Formats: sequence, C-alpha cells, structure tokens
Amino acid sequence: MNTPLAGKRPKTLSLKENYALLTRGLGWNTTYEPMDEVFPQDKFEGIKIHDWNKWEDPFRLTMDAYWKYQGEKERKLYAIIDAFQQNNGQFNVSDARYINTLKLFLTGVSPLEYAAHRGFAMAGRNFRGAGASIAAQMQAIDELRHAQTQAHTISHYNKFFNGLHDYMHMYDRVWYLSVPKSYFEDAMTAGPFEFVTAISFSFEYVLTNLLFMPFMSGAAFNGDMATVTFGFSAQSDESRHMTLGLEVVKFILEQDPGNIPIVQRWLDKWFWRGYRLLTLVAMMMDYMLPKRVMSWGEAWEMYFEQNGGALFNDLSRYGIRMPKYHEVATKEKDRLSHDAWGAFYNYTHAAVFHTWMPEDSEMKWLSEKYPKTFDKLYRPRFEFWREQQQKGQRFYNNTLPMLCQICQVPMFFTEPDDPTKICYRESDYRDNKFHFCSDGCKDIFDHEPEKYVQSWLPVHQIYQGNCFRPGTDPSVPGFDPLLEVLHYYGFHVGEDGGEYQDSPDRKNWELWTGKPGAAA
Amino acid sequence: MSVVALSPGYTGEIKDRVENFHGKQLLFIGWEDHLMYCAPMCIPVPPDLPFGALIAEIIPGLYAAHPDTAKIDWSRVVWLRSGEAFAPDAAKSLTDNGLGHKALLRFRTPGLDGINGSCS
Repeated sequence: MNTPLAGKRPKTLSLKENYALLTRGLGWNTTYEPMDEVFPQDKFEGIKIHDWNKWEDPFRLTMDAYWKYQGEKERKLYAIIDAFQQNNGQFNVSDARYINTLKLFLTGVSPLEYAAHRGFAMAGRNFRGAGASIAAQMQAIDELRHAQTQAHTISHYNKFFNGLHDYMHMYDRVWYLSVPKSYFEDAMTAGPFEFVTAISFSFEYVLTNLLFMPFMSGAAFNGDMATVTFGFSAQSDESRHMTLGLEVVKFILEQDPGNIPIVQRWLDKWFWRGYRLLTLVAMMMDYMLPKRVMSWGEAWEMYFEQNGGALFNDLSRYGIRMPKYHEVATKEKDRLSHDAWGAFYNYTHAAVFHTWMPEDSEMKWLSEKYPKTFDKLYRPRFEFWREQQQKGQRFYNNTLPMLCQICQVPMFFTEPDDPTKICYRESDYRDNKFHFCSDGCKDIFDHEPEKYVQSWLPVHQIYQGNCFRPGTDPSVPGFDPLLEVLHYYGFHVGEDGGEYQDSPDRKNWELWTGKPGAAA
Repeated sequence: MSVVALSPGYTGEIKDRVENFHGKQLLFIGWEDHLMYCAPMCIPVPPDLPFGALIAEIIPGLYAAHPDTAKIDWSRVVWLRSGEAFAPDAAKSLTDNGLGHKALLRFRTPGLDGINGSCS
C-alpha cells in the first residue's frame, strides 16, 4: 500500500509507468507450484508463446482511467434513458414492427454479451502473461456492462410490448436461440487461445461491424434513441476490443511459426461460424426494420468484401490467407436474408417475435436491391403467402425442421451454385449419421467430431422428451407436445410470436398512438 | 485428430443415439424444388413403419398447405437416400429399405417445380 508519509505528497505515476506496474509489476513466476500447474490450459492447443512480455495492449488502459471513462459514459446513458422513458419515446419509433428487432437483439445478442463476460474472465485466468490477462479481464468487465445497459434500456419496452419478458430463460431453451448460444459455448469450451481468436479477432474484428452497425443505425433510422444511446456507450469499448483482437492474432503469429497453421484453422472455423450467426442480422436488416439502412448484400460488400479483403491482405505477410469458404458467403449474399425470413415466417408461432409479409413498397425495395434473385425466387412464394393470409389461411409449418449439427440453423441454405436446391452434407461417425448445411460446417465437425456429437440440437431434444416443464405428463389425453414446448420456453402463447398483423402488439400500437401498425 | 482436449483420449457422449428416442428413430424428409416449406422435416418414426405409409399418410400431411401436394403422382417420384437414387419397396419397413436412425430421404416430383415454377 502506498500510504502517504506525513507531509509528503504521493508521487503521481505517468500513464506508462502505471500501465507497466499493472501489467508487468503484478505478474510473477510461482515457486511453490510449477507454472504449468497454475496455468494448465495455455499449452494444450499447441500454441507456443516464448515471450509474454512482447504482448502490448495498444490502449495501455489502467484501472483509474478505465473507471473514469466508463463512469462518465454510464452517467450520460442513464440520463438519456430517463428522458426517453419520461417522454414515452417508445411511441416515436417508425412502427411496432420495429420492436421485433429489439426482441431479437435482447434474446439473441444480449446473452452473448454476458457469455463474453464469462469467456473473457476465464481467458484472463488462463493466460500466464499478465498483460494478456489484464486485457482479458478489462474486456470481461466491458461485456458485463454491455449486457446490463442493454437489459436496462430494453426493459422499458417490456412495459408496452410482448416477447421481452424473460430473455435469459429463453436463451437457454428456445430452438433458434441455440444458434447464438452454441456458437459462444463452442468458443468457451475451447482453450483460451482459440477463444480469443474466435471472439476477439474473428468476431470482434472481422464481423462485428455487420452486427453492431446494422442494429444501431437501424435504431437511429427508426427513431429508437434509447438503443442508439447504449450503442454509442458500447461503441468506444467495441473499438478497443477490435484493436485488441488484431493485436492478439499478431502476437500469437509472431511468437512461433508453428502457430500459423493452428491460427489459420481457427480463422477458417470462426469465420464460418460467425457468418452463419449473422444470418439473423441479414433478415433483420432486409425485413424487420420498417425504415431500412442498407441491404444485407450491400453491408456484406462494404464490411466484408472490401474491408475484410484489405485486412487479410495485411495478414498475408504472416502466412495467413482469406478464411476458407468466404466465397460461398459472397455467393449467398443475394439469398441469405430471404431464406431466413421465409424460415421464420414458417415457424413464427414458435418464436418470440412476430413475422409478416413485406408491403408492396417493401417488395419493390427488395427487387431493386436483389435484382438477381428476389423476383425470380422469392416474390412468388411471398405473394402466395400473402394471398393465403388474406383468405384467412395464414401459412404455418407445423413440423419441426432438420437442423445442421454445427450451426444448429434449420437446413434452409441452398447449394452455393444453385439457389433452388437445399445444400445437404453428411458424415458417418461412430455408427451414427450427422448432417450439415454446408462444407464449412461439415469441416468443423470432421476435425473434432468428439466435440460436436454432443451438440444439444433443440429439435432432437424435443423428440427425446427433454423440453417439457417439470411434472408434465405426456400420457394425458389430448396432450399437445408442441404447445407444451412453448410453455417450457416461457412464451405467452397467443401474445408472443405469430403473425404481426393479428398481434396484440399491433392492436395496442394503433390504439395508443393513433398511427398505422405498418407502412402501406 | 478427433478433438483438441486437455485430457488425452477424451471422448464425447453422442447426444442423439437412437436409444434416446423411446423406441423411435429420426427420419429427415426433403422435397426437392419445393422451398416454401423452408427446410427438410425431422420426424420420429417407428423403425418397422412400412415405407408405403410415408406415401399414403405421412408425407402428404407434412406438406398439406402446398398447392402441388395434391398433384403428386407417386408412381413417378424419384427417391434419394443420402443423396443416392434408390427404389424403395413400399411393403417393406424403413429398416429393410435401408433407412436407419437419422436417415435422409429426399424426393423429386417430376413435372412439379413449386409455386409458378419458382421452386418454392
């Protein structure tokens, strides 16, 4: 402790000294126990680190600077949230369809922030280098703050709209939320180096612009000032995380040439897993925002084809190439959002947000943005659905879908070179068959089958009888298994999910605001 | 290499072994060129189910809302088992037709290509 001596002012450290003491001065080599037993998890992945002191956090953030910045941001955020609530800001959004993006965000993204908090706390414990450990711990605190500010911001909407009431309960159970959940748990159950490569680099650096930007500019375009504000509050953390992600990968690559093929395999894997996760964002951008920012196809071109291409050019001096199957993702850019929205339209009675068919003006926008695919492949399907709905026969798919063993998304993806044929891949392992949506997912399984034979696939779990509330008796007459599953999910059946046009959300919006529930 | 793990010889539990399905097995069914039903279906079936029951009852029920379903000429349907064409025997069970747990059965209906020819 630096208790000041009487009459003497304590010496103020420079930022550089402060950072050095925090990240080097606090580290030591253990003597009672061997270092390998204190840090048992930082070698088994095959990554070799010769000199942890080469780790440089580009921000050199110290604890006092960290608390100061974050405290200032918190004060601003909560002042704005207060004002938003007092002014009934929830009624100033474009229309009530927009709220469904918040439902998707709160159930599918906020729990990932919390998972990231846990993951970075674990990585912080497992790295033997103090610099890396401190950086991971600070990110762990950031992620916890993001989860918290998101819950606080969106909880206001929960007073007025359905489907926002129990997101953490749903995250652990609902079929489509197993997509983000399994993505993160895959990373957390790997070693610490794979975890940071997956999350800090492949997600935060390469793909995060495709997640955060669409939600936050979507919020701004659609009048949701509360969400924009937590977006801003998280943005400076995100840029720090992105920079860290790049530094992590460069550090690992520079430490030993043997690390290069291991990192390349992780980049291939985590690019593909992250890209599959972004399917949810693609449909949000093209279908769920009443006022659109840009199309998924345009966002992919800007943020991946251009920016990502430049990044991997930079990394080529380390012997790193573009992630495998990036060209498949580019081929899918004209189909991804339409296929995904169609799938949720099929199963929206089992989702916690609403779906709807685009209005004429929105179909026109889709035709313009997707001239190669929309009118030919999707418009006929959507117009048929709209006609059925007008006849009072809104289409729902009542049979559970086949899922990919790795990404856990229903198998709606089509062949890279033929958008009319479902893409099927399979492997035989230990006398069982396993099915995949793509070569990317099949490669991941084939490399580590012992990990992925354990996938908790929601559809298979339902059929095994594992998705009912305790005490449920499936043998009673008239037992409706799928209805019971929705109760297990914690849904308010008849309010959450289903067709937007028929929803209480729409009726309430029109009643309370006097504005139409959807654009004409 | 079957997994990168802390302990040598690590193995995982196969979550979806057939024994976990209470006497049934899973069958995946996909209708080619008909993507209005967005993905192939997954259904639990008894292994001794005659293949003919799929045609007579099960498949038409799964795709009841599709305008092409009533037009299917089952004598002309092309069947694929894990992607390979095969000729099922309607009187025999799924097992005897080589369709085990988590088998993938796809079918193509010549002349029918979805809503307005869009493969929907």
